[in-house]
Amino acid sequence: MDFYVFLKYLAVMSLVTYLIRLIPMLLIKKQIKNKFIKSFLYYIPFSVLTVMTVPAVFYSTSSVISAVAAFAVAVALTFCGKKLVTVAVFSCIAVFAVETLMQFLA
Amino acid sequence: MKIKNAEFSSGLSAGLPICLGYLSVAFVFGIFAVESGLTPPEAILVSMFNLTSAGQFAAVPIIASLGPLTELILSQAVINMRYALMSVSLSQKFDSKINIFDRLLFAFCNTDEIFAVATSKKGTAGRSFMLGLIVLPYVGWTLGTVAGATAGNILPDQVISALGCAIYAMFIAIVLPEAKKSAPVRICVLISAILSCIFYFLPFLKGLSDGMRIIIVSVAVSIICAVIAPLKNDDKTEVCEVDK
Repeated sequence: MDFYVFLKYLAVMSLVTYLIRLIPMLLIKKQIKNKFIKSFLYYIPFSVLTVMTVPAVFYSTSSVISAVAAFAVAVALTFCGKKLVTVAVFSCIAVFAVETLMQFLA
Repeated sequence: MKIKNAEFSSGLSAGLPICLGYLSVAFVFGIFAVESGLTPPEAILVSMFNLTSAGQFAAVPIIASLGPLTELILSQAVINMRYALMSVSLSQKFDSKINIFDRLLFAFCNTDEIFAVATSKKGTAGRSFMLGLIVLPYVGWTLGTVAGATAGNILPDQVISALGCAIYAMFIAIVLPEAKKSAPVRICVLISAILSCIFYFLPFLKGLSDGMRIIIVSVAVSIICAVIAPLKNDDKTEVCEVDK
């Protein structure tokens, strides 16, 4: 493909994505006072994160079994009050361990 | 422009798990883009200028086949519309010193994960914290694409598989502590999870893109929660603590 043609596509794509993110951030700078909107915006991150995590987390590794292990480790460590990095790293290790074990058993 | 070191490094460490997750997702994207017909430099440029995983995965086949620009625009608009919502929310989280140039930069880096970490931070998010937060994820996203596009088959499958869960583990670590403390957040999380599964598995509904599913479910659930459990004015978890 001609590189200049590619650049045209790239420019269009990047511009659309950027404007979607930028316009609201430039237009709505003042602190919102409305109680309903404030409450709505308070719940949005929790809801968005949950929707992105469930059920996708169970398909995020090469086997549902190792993904369940990652999920369990993440939940357990979070309940023990561990930091984000710790939780993420140990979940990855859990996946690696379970998949290595599965290869031995298979 | 002053940078507070403590804030910057707290941003950096919050960005590290995001970076790990991005490395793996971008790695997969790099492989996918080259297999779809982009050259490695093109794949890397797409990542460096967009920073949106679902959007990029949808765009590559359109670009590679020189599809209609309207389709490219529509797909990006639908998949990335949730960022408009997140930009409004993130905008409320910024402290008063954040200026227009900061906004130009932070808007570009407003991904699901960066948004999630920034908005779940205690208090407000300042320039130093935000700068620290975006550095590693951006580097991870770019380097992951470089690696995937140029050397896709070097890493063992097991390592890629293990990295795949990093982002979700992080999401769990963000959501659960708040859900533990607050009953309304628990309800919000529970309904979101149930609806998300319904949309994911049910015939007809499962044809929706991930972006649409995220918008529909999160807007519906957040409206319900805002109606049945609005924040009290003296609530410490309020989004806007800055105006008091």
